[in-house]
Amino acid sequence: MNLDSLLPNLGEWLKGTGPESDVVISTRIRLARNLAHYPFAGRANLAQKTEIETRGRECLTQAQLPAPLPYVSVAALPTLDRQFLVERQLISRELANVLEGPRGVAFDERESVSVMVNEEDHLRLQVMRSGLALDEAWAEIDKLDDALEARLRFAFHEQFGYLTACPTNVGTGMRGSVMVHLPALGITKQIEKVFRALQKINLVVRGLYGEGSRASGDLYQISNQVTLGKSESRVLTEIREVIAMILQYERSARQVLIRERRQAEHDRVARALGTLGSATMITSEETMELLSAVRLGIHLQLVDNIPANLVNQLFIQTQSAHLQKLMGTVLDGEERNAARARYLRAKLRELDANSR
Amino acid sequence: MANICQRCHARPATVHLTDIVNKKKRELHLCEECAREQQLIPEGPGTSLNLQALVSLIMGQPTPEVDPGALICPTCGLQYAVFRAEGRFGCPDDYDAFRSVLEPLLERIHRGTQHTGKFPRHEARRQKLLAETEALRGELAAAVAAERYEEAARLRDRIRQKEGADES
Repeated sequence: MNLDSLLPNLGEWLKGTGPESDVVISTRIRLARNLAHYPFAGRANLAQKTEIETRGRECLTQAQLPAPLPYVSVAALPTLDRQFLVERQLISRELANVLEGPRGVAFDERESVSVMVNEEDHLRLQVMRSGLALDEAWAEIDKLDDALEARLRFAFHEQFGYLTACPTNVGTGMRGSVMVHLPALGITKQIEKVFRALQKINLVVRGLYGEGSRASGDLYQISNQVTLGKSESRVLTEIREVIAMILQYERSARQVLIRERRQAEHDRVARALGTLGSATMITSEETMELLSAVRLGIHLQLVDNIPANLVNQLFIQTQSAHLQKLMGTVLDGEERNAARARYLRAKLRELDANSR
Repeated sequence: MANICQRCHARPATVHLTDIVNKKKRELHLCEECAREQQLIPEGPGTSLNLQALVSLIMGQPTPEVDPGALICPTCGLQYAVFRAEGRFGCPDDYDAFRSVLEPLLERIHRGTQHTGKFPRHEARRQKLLAETEALRGELAAAVAAERYEEAARLRDRIRQKEGADES
């Protein structure tokens, strides 16, 4: 598969549509599954990992699935392509850069379903949706799991449920995450308070690219920690309740901003657009922060000539690997910052010309 | 009556223990060797009983304690101590090999130790088979007891058939 064909697309999670999309970027559910009668991937030898990959791959191509999931061997990919798949949220950083040996990912054309093979667990199923859509995502991943289970025997224990390499995933093997954009809670300095409340009820907050990554551009992933002792539907209900609360907080903080400091916010958005449209060197972090201001500006109706999904497009295309693929060449840090600024200038000029 | 040691069932019992808990009387009759092995009688001279060991023995608690770090999974050879250091299991069988020490750990992580979510279909099928086989075994025992041997043979074949189905 030529990954370059994905470049112009936004992928399911960045479509910018779906319920509550003023705050919720995307919903993701993953299931950890392991084949019975094999060691876990971290302890499997080369022959066993090859066998697991072959069985996984065969199953993925033969199973009754709503959309085909072509398989890509990550071991055979150049570093840039691996990073590209990480940025599109199709594989983890571990699968890309840390793990070794036979491993890969199968995903559909819409980039809404992906299955990693030989990650920490033999199989990591993932379904993504735009906006808040936990039920739809669960229905889809449940069906995918059934289809794979019809052909593979998963390690399962009467008491402990689905067995996983790490005890933090055992039971359902399910992690539900909702990615939210919370700029107003950031500006009004209430975000820490919200997160402290989350920790008390056993939900985790992480940055954009998962465990250990820092939150940039006011984007946060909220997910469950518990996988044993609670059913999937109960965990999803708990997440849904918390997201409803966060939505309410963020929206009322936005209302406060509009009421009490409309002029200052308008200025902030205008300056963000100014910098994005005229800088000649810009880092990925600064881009994310400025785009966050623009995104908020769109939802507060402070700017009217920018389509909401342009922000998502700029956001993904200015990530390092995407940028290098766009430019068709490998770039070092400084060259990347210059190329990023060039790309942003061109895009915003295009927009200006169209709106005139 | 209590002439033979209740533990080794070989030597004559010379140590007789009686305890009364909640008005229930329990007796234990051991030979000297077994009593010593259970650390009821101190090594060397002196005759005082080891009360702690006595209580453990009567209450049915295991002595001596096993070192959890030394537990080893018979399938993949992973030692519990290594699992604790690395945080990752070696194979699915570790969950049974380490079960006794795993439960408190899982309780701390998840505040639960019993899966209540989705079951794979094959597992649901296996459990149903298991329950059916169990019921047939009951019938088989009754048939044997009543000397209905033809029926017993039929039941035996059905049990074998079900067990074969589980293997596939």
